[in-house]
Amino acid sequence: MTTESESPAASEAPRASDAPSLLGKGIEHGVGDHFRAYISRLRGGEMGALPAVGGLIVLFIIFAFANDKFLTERNIANLMTQAAPLVVLGMALVFVLLLGEIDLSAGVTFGVAMAVFVKYTQPGGLSWPVALVLALAIGLAIGAFIGFFVAKIGVPSFVVSLGLFLGLQGVILMIIGQGGTYRVIPEPIKAIQNSNMPLWAGWAMLAIALLLLLGVALWDRARRAASGAPNGPITIMVAKLIGIAVLGAVVVFVLNQDRGTEARALSGVPIVVPVVLVLVMIGTFLLDRTKYGRYIYAIGGNKEAARRAGINVTMIKWTAFMICSSLAVVAGVLYVSRVGSADASTGRDIVLSGVAAAVVGGVSLFGGRGRLLHALVGALVIAVIENGLGLLGFSAGATLAVSGGVLVLAATVDALARRRNGEVT
Amino acid sequence: MDRPIIELQHTTKSFGPVKVLKGINLTAYAGHVTALVGDNGAGKSTLIKGLSGVQPYDGGTVLFDGKPVNIHHPREASRLGIEVVYQDLALCDNLDIVQNMFLGREETKGATFEEGDMEVQAAAALQSLNVRTVESLHQKVASLSGGQRQTVAIARSVVKQAKVVILDEPTAALGVAQTEQVLNLVRRLADSGVAVIIVSHNLQDVFKVADEINVLYLGTLTARLKTADTNPNDVVGYITGTKTMEEVAS
Repeated sequence: MTTESESPAASEAPRASDAPSLLGKGIEHGVGDHFRAYISRLRGGEMGALPAVGGLIVLFIIFAFANDKFLTERNIANLMTQAAPLVVLGMALVFVLLLGEIDLSAGVTFGVAMAVFVKYTQPGGLSWPVALVLALAIGLAIGAFIGFFVAKIGVPSFVVSLGLFLGLQGVILMIIGQGGTYRVIPEPIKAIQNSNMPLWAGWAMLAIALLLLLGVALWDRARRAASGAPNGPITIMVAKLIGIAVLGAVVVFVLNQDRGTEARALSGVPIVVPVVLVLVMIGTFLLDRTKYGRYIYAIGGNKEAARRAGINVTMIKWTAFMICSSLAVVAGVLYVSRVGSADASTGRDIVLSGVAAAVVGGVSLFGGRGRLLHALVGALVIAVIENGLGLLGFSAGATLAVSGGVLVLAATVDALARRRNGEVT
Repeated sequence: MDRPIIELQHTTKSFGPVKVLKGINLTAYAGHVTALVGDNGAGKSTLIKGLSGVQPYDGGTVLFDGKPVNIHHPREASRLGIEVVYQDLALCDNLDIVQNMFLGREETKGATFEEGDMEVQAAAALQSLNVRTVESLHQKVASLSGGQRQTVAIARSVVKQAKVVILDEPTAALGVAQTEQVLNLVRRLADSGVAVIIVSHNLQDVFKVADEINVLYLGTLTARLKTADTNPNDVVGYITGTKTMEEVAS
């Protein structure tokens, strides 16, 4: 608050120079400052993925004590492949959730695409790359269809995607036929979720990821320095990288242990892991560093403000639905790769878990808040619950009930955080 | 006085049979605060929307720096350097100060943001307005007070290097201290060479900050007064229609 009391007479000279520059203010100068700033952000309701990360740790501890199979190498690998489709589906939904929209048909969208893919890659059919492109094109088309009604016409996305949720189930039935099941034939598709990388490739993947992160961080600092803007403390950057390195090394180490049976050795990082990591990196780049991503956040925060700032709201919304549906198809590929077949119910039940993954991870249902990584954390939470309760012998019903409860809890946290933020609910 | 940066000549606007603007002549000068006052329904908002390109005028001429221009779209207004700070501020709560100030025209290089450049410019804009109340450039707008939000909204127009800034009821939702701050800001904005047009209900604020007061009454400009030569009572008379300056109400 200023304490200037003199009245601003018309004759008053410009007094621009005596205010201190804000440049560099609020940049934390030490680890202590950084920590304090983080706490104050939490207090302000910007909790991000913290509740989910905390929940994940608690779940790990509980299940590790409750069942001695939970923390085995085999189960950890299992968790990764189990969570992978959910992670990608959650990431897909982040694009529309950030806009304050929803796509309830994301699951059956991949159902349709996978029905086509699996049906036409049966022996004597299309080659799998052609079928894969076709599947992605189907996703893109469905996204364009939803986006047209939501962005261009103004129909609520809830209704459009609910309509498609029903309609596309019919389409899947027509493609696959009542009670039909098609096995996944193409080996490369099956390999994504069922094969592992050589041991050295796991370490190489970690090294590349770390070098990439380090490179980007250093490049950012150089760029900021070049424009005369101050940089934060380098210790924080190094600490973050070390944290990621340690976590990554533990995961790679565990997955590189033999987890096979006596008859057949099995080790290495599942191929799906680098696939998901690449998607996370590309998506995060798009959302954090490009105008397109910034405008998605802006529209989710205040559509009218975005429109007045000259942002083409219709186009951004429309394309976001196309990204969502296309990524959903990728989730579908991971899903059928794991399950090994596609039938009339493929993708029907997973969509709410996808929404749950995003929301549990800290993506706001009200739009404008959340990151792609949150979907990854949230999907892990959902997968750990399903996996852990399954190991403990809980029925599928109980597992569903618990997952549903977690979703409601996460949405409540979201609503409370929003209220704390001073936003209108 | 020099050539006005904005000059409206006989501008009119009708909605169906209702004539909202009945031939307005208005001028605004660089470095001056020009106030626009009038009762509800006098046509203030319509006048503003015409200048910002949201609702183009039906008739009359708009001269920008002496040259006739057609403003049919907000983008055209923006290109000329006319910026409107709306009453509801049009900021995104979930973005920070720098992100809001550059929304819609972020600086990029190779498709990615030049965060550093934007921060430096944002800091300079806030400093030029003598802003002391903001803690960090990376505060989310959600965490700012009403006055601080108004500050960010006004600073946005500075970053855009606007020549004309139109403020719609900038103090309507603010407390006493914050009103004072925002009025200081408005004054400094004008002192930096910008033509400021301020629309307000609050005569006290208008008298504090404006160089010239224009009164609208039922779609007609009924008075153009130097703030120094008039008093609130007279202005109220013009607003309520009990007084009229014949020479301006053409």
